[in-house]
Amino acid sequence: MTTQLSLRSAAELRLSVEDFLYHEAALLDAWQLDAWVELFIADARYEVPSTDRPHGGPADALMLISDTRSMISARVKRLNSRKAHREFPWSRTRRLITNVRVRCVSEAGGEELEVKANFAIYRSRRQLNVYVGEYTYRLVVSGDTFKIRFRRAELDQETLNDHGTLSIVL
Amino acid sequence: MSYTSEKLIDDRQNGVFRVHRSLMTSPEVYMDEQRRIFDHCWLYVGHESEIEKPGDYVRRTVAGRPLIFLRDSGGEVRVFYNTCTHRGATLCREDSGNTRVFQCFYHAWSFDNTGRLLVTPGAEGYSSGFRKADYNLRGPARVDGYRGLYFVNFDRDAPDLVDYLGAATEYLDLVFDQACDGMRVVDGSHLYSVGSNWKLMVENSMDGYHAPTVHATYIDFVKDSGGGQRGNALNTGGGLDLGNGHAVMESLAAWARPIAYWEPFFGDDARADIEAILDDLIARHGEERARRMAGTFRNLLIFPNLIINDVAAITIRRIEPLAADRHRLEAWALAPKEEVSGSARLQRRLDSFLTFLGPGGFASPDDVEALESCQEGFRADEPEWSDISRGMSTAPNPQDEIQIRTFWRAYVSMLDTGKFAERVTSLEAPATAAMEAAS
Ligand code: FES
Ligand SMILES: [Fe+2]
Repeated sequence: MTTQLSLRSAAELRLSVEDFLYHEAALLDAWQLDAWVELFIADARYEVPSTDRPHGGPADALMLISDTRSMISARVKRLNSRKAHREFPWSRTRRLITNVRVRCVSEAGGEELEVKANFAIYRSRRQLNVYVGEYTYRLVVSGDTFKIRFRRAELDQETLNDHGTLSIVL
Repeated sequence: MSYTSEKLIDDRQNGVFRVHRSLMTSPEVYMDEQRRIFDHCWLYVGHESEIEKPGDYVRRTVAGRPLIFLRDSGGEVRVFYNTCTHRGATLCREDSGNTRVFQCFYHAWSFDNTGRLLVTPGAEGYSSGFRKADYNLRGPARVDGYRGLYFVNFDRDAPDLVDYLGAATEYLDLVFDQACDGMRVVDGSHLYSVGSNWKLMVENSMDGYHAPTVHATYIDFVKDSGGGQRGNALNTGGGLDLGNGHAVMESLAAWARPIAYWEPFFGDDARADIEAILDDLIARHGEERARRMAGTFRNLLIFPNLIINDVAAITIRRIEPLAADRHRLEAWALAPKEEVSGSARLQRRLDSFLTFLGPGGFASPDDVEALESCQEGFRADEPEWSDISRGMSTAPNPQDEIQIRTFWRAYVSMLDTGKFAERVTSLEAPATAAMEAAS
């Protein structure tokens, strides 16, 4: 893993990214949010655009979620509380992540990976709802694994009318 | 059936106020309110900034009716039913856009954006009895705006919008006067839903009593970020009956406001800028009004289903009933036009908005949970009544419920008589108050 990203084969890169994404999904499905939040670097962001502006950004559009790293931590603290009523008791979630595509990009701070993947997240609580969409990640190398610098989930659903709200981490 | 005598207990002598829970569960009640309230009240459709340029349009569904809200090529705001006058197909099939002509995809009739039927392909096939002018687009009987907020009314004989809004205009002005150059709706909408009767959302949107419990995690978040410095803010102010069913709850700002109350959530860098906003507000509106605009929360109901919450940010929230036990929400962020895209001011506003509001916020999902759990509870069939009597005989306090009672009084009165109940401008239960004072 210490090899420069650009020197590693596409298959090798994709495998390691998939392992990382599956690990992250398992943490989220197990509600191990304290471990999950450790996957982010200090100035990371997590965002979900509004369903009617799936390509919108936080500088000029109303998002569903636009979290700085400290907001991600606050979100985790909230979800760990018994008083986050929409998620108490926790819903059950099951994440399917596929179609992983990895691209190596050079940034001022060094190399990083831009990752696209499809997701279907099943949330069960009183009823079953599915959140379907596409992830975009920016991952940086950290030891023999990765850390998240940027994480965005664009939903395909045109509204959240079937879901009610978005109380889980996508 | 009389709603006023059978479904509401409004005993002002003794300070008892109860609402019968069948109002939240009965499909017959749902039909009655659709016909007697939604067919006669002014209903919010959209803000003029959403259709800024000639030809701009957005689709909306209001009281179940599919609408096109547009600005025609001459600049006039219009609302049409989104149905082809030929045989009914959906005329406009995109949620928003800009066009001079709407062409129906079914048989290609086309209409200009003033609603005039332009082309009927194969015109020679129509007889002399067919008159094109009979097939122009139709729309709600009345369309009117106040401060850029556009409403429709399906009743030709309804009072004028500004008379309908009445005393609520004072509160709308407190929101809209915050901008120097008008307000705009920020791109992007929160479109979500609740498995409860729509009236529970009306109640919840101006219910101060639930904040410490339902929003305990939000209040913790505010504290963690160094905010909530006015510890007692949520116990200041109170609710008001504004007449015609409109109501407001006002209190001192309990946490940060982009206009204009700095707390550490915004960061030290923002402090000087927020003070500059306040100074500018004072210059434009005078000390007293400016401080009220900047430093208070306002939760405003425009009867029956428009909420404007001017809190951590400003949201326009439209409630669309779908069935007795289900409603849809559309919510937008309102921002002064001078807070341009990419500016630090807009960024602060949107960040602040998202902490509390919306389906992914730290607070709104818990409101939805509360409402759905009430609806679930109503299935028990008893108790039959819900209590909304807080503060009937005490001085105003935002944790009281006069603003919610205002809604219910207007609601039953409209159902029974087609008119609004008399406005309450003093203590509702002076007898009890007098008794308590004497004891
Ligand atoms: S239904 Fe529109 S042209 Fe026929
Ligand atoms: Fe609430």
